[in-house]
Amino acid sequence: MTETSHAPSRQLPAVEKETLSFWTAGAEGRLQICRCEGCGRYLHPPLPRCPDCGGDTSPSTVSGRARVATFTVNHQPWVPGLAVPFVFAAVELVEQPELYVFTNIIGCPVDDVRIGMAVKVAFEQHGDIFLPMFQPLGAADAS
Amino acid sequence: MPAKAYPEKQVCITGVGQSAVGRPSSQSALRLTVDACLTAIADAGLSISDIDGFTTYLGYSPDGGGISPVGAPEAMLALGLQPTWIGASTEGHAHMGAIIGAIQAIASGLCRHVLIFRTVAQASARAKTWHAAVLGGGPEKGAPARGGNAWTVPFNAFSPANIYALYAQAYFAKYGATSEQLGAIAVNSRRMAALNPNAIYRNPLTIEEYLSSRMISSPLRIYDCDTHIDGSTAILLSHRDCARDLARPPIEIEAMGMAIGAFGFGWHGGDFTSMPSDRAGAMMWSRTDLKPADVDVAQIYDGFSILTLLWLESLGFCGRGEAAAFVEGGARIGLDGELPLNTSGGQLSAGRFHGYGHTYEACLQLWGRAGERQVRDARVCAVSNGGFGYGALLLKRS
Repeated sequence: MTETSHAPSRQLPAVEKETLSFWTAGAEGRLQICRCEGCGRYLHPPLPRCPDCGGDTSPSTVSGRARVATFTVNHQPWVPGLAVPFVFAAVELVEQPELYVFTNIIGCPVDDVRIGMAVKVAFEQHGDIFLPMFQPLGAADAS
Repeated sequence: MPAKAYPEKQVCITGVGQSAVGRPSSQSALRLTVDACLTAIADAGLSISDIDGFTTYLGYSPDGGGISPVGAPEAMLALGLQPTWIGASTEGHAHMGAIIGAIQAIASGLCRHVLIFRTVAQASARAKTWHAAVLGGGPEKGAPARGGNAWTVPFNAFSPANIYALYAQAYFAKYGATSEQLGAIAVNSRRMAALNPNAIYRNPLTIEEYLSSRMISSPLRIYDCDTHIDGSTAILLSHRDCARDLARPPIEIEAMGMAIGAFGFGWHGGDFTSMPSDRAGAMMWSRTDLKPADVDVAQIYDGFSILTLLWLESLGFCGRGEAAAFVEGGARIGLDGELPLNTSGGQLSAGRFHGYGHTYEACLQLWGRAGERQVRDARVCAVSNGGFGYGALLLKRS
C-alpha cells in the first residue's frame, strides 16, 4: 500500500505533534492510527489520552482495510480548478467499529461507490505529507 | 432541585429585534447590529440604561467569511451600554450557548436584563471573494487546514455541506428516505417565507423544481443548503420579577437543553444517522411536564435540511428514522398541520440568521405578531439550534 501519485494542489493539513504519524507514515507505506497503550482502543482523530481508560496513546500501524461507512458525490467546484465530481467519504477501518477516517474514494467511477463497499488505503504524496485515499479492494494499485 | 427553581424558569424573553435582511446589505454589520439591538430594547419597553447584561454568539471572529464580524465591545460602545455582565463564547452549546449563558447570569443574580445579539455578514464577504465561501480559505491562501478542518479540507471537502451530506446519505440508506421526502423541508420553508416580508427568498418552489435543482453534494441540492445573508437578530432576556410590567407579556422559558459533540474536532460517533442533539432534546424534556404533543409550532435548525430531520427525531416529534416520512408532502408541517415548522422560512429561505432567526420567530408566533404566517393560538414553541453544538428551548406564552 505504498502507492503514491502526483495530484493537483490541495489545501494540506497542519501537521501537529499528535497528527504527525497519521499524515506522514504513508512515506513507509503504512497507515498509522493513534491507539491506547492501555486498553488498545484506536482513537481517530488522535488524542493524547484515552477517554475510556485514561491510558497514554501512541501511533499504531493498521491494515489499511476499511468499508465505506457513508459518502457523498461532491459536484460543487468550491475553489477554482477543483475537479468535480469526486467522492468524499467516511470509511470505517476494519480494526474497530466506528473508527472513521475521512477520505476520498479513488480508483473507480463516482457512481460505483456504495455504502459497505470494501476499500483499502492508497497514499497520495504532497511533499512530506501522504494523504490516505481509499480505493476499492479489488482495484489495481494506482501508481 | 425542584423544577420551579431551575434557572430557565427565573428568566423570560421580553423583547426581540431583527435588522433588515440583505444579500448583501448596504449597511455595515455594526449598523445592522445596532438596529436589531435598539429594536429589541424598545420592543420590551426598556431603555438602554436598563440593560445590565450583554452577550453574543460567537464573539468577533477575524475569519474573512463574515461568520461573526461584530463583537460585544464595539456593539456595546455603539449602543452606549455599560453592562455589569458580559459573556461571549465561540464554544459551548452552539448558537444557543449565549442565550443559555444569559439565563445563568440572570438566574444567579448578576444582572436583570441581558441583551443578546447575533450578527452575520456572510453575503457581503462572499460578494468580495470566493475564499469567504470555503472552510480554511482554500489552497491559494497557503495556510494549512487546522483543527477540525484538517480532517476534511485536504480531501476537498470545503463546505459543511459535504459533512452533512454524509449524514443525509447514511440516513437515506438506513431508513429508505428519499429526495422527495427531504425536499419537503425546502418546499415548506419557501412557502412560509412567501408570508414573511423580511425573508430573502419569497418566490414559490415546487417539489419538482427541487428535484431537478443543482446537486451540491449528493444527496444535498442547492435548496438543502441555507442562504447566506447580512443581518442581525437581538433577543432580550429579563428576570421574571422584572418582566411583568414591561411592554409585552413575558415569554416563559419552560425548559432548555444542551449538548456538545466533537464534530468540530473531526470526531463522529454512531453511524451518521443521529447527532448528539439527542442529548439536548432529552435534557429539555426532562425539565418540563409538557410533552412533544403539547407543542403548537416548531422552529428547528435548518442550516442544512437534513439537520431538521435529525433534530425532529432528537426532540421526540418523530421516532428514529421516521422524520422523512413525517415531513413528506408537507401537510403535517404546514401552517395548518400538526406541527407547523420553520414558519419564518427558516435559514433555507428567510436567511441564515444563524439560529437566532429561529428564536426570534418563536417569539413572534407566541406573541401573535407573525402576520400572515401566524399559527392560530400558538402557546408553546420548540426551538433548536446547531449542527456541531446543540441547544434547545421550549418557550411558552404566559
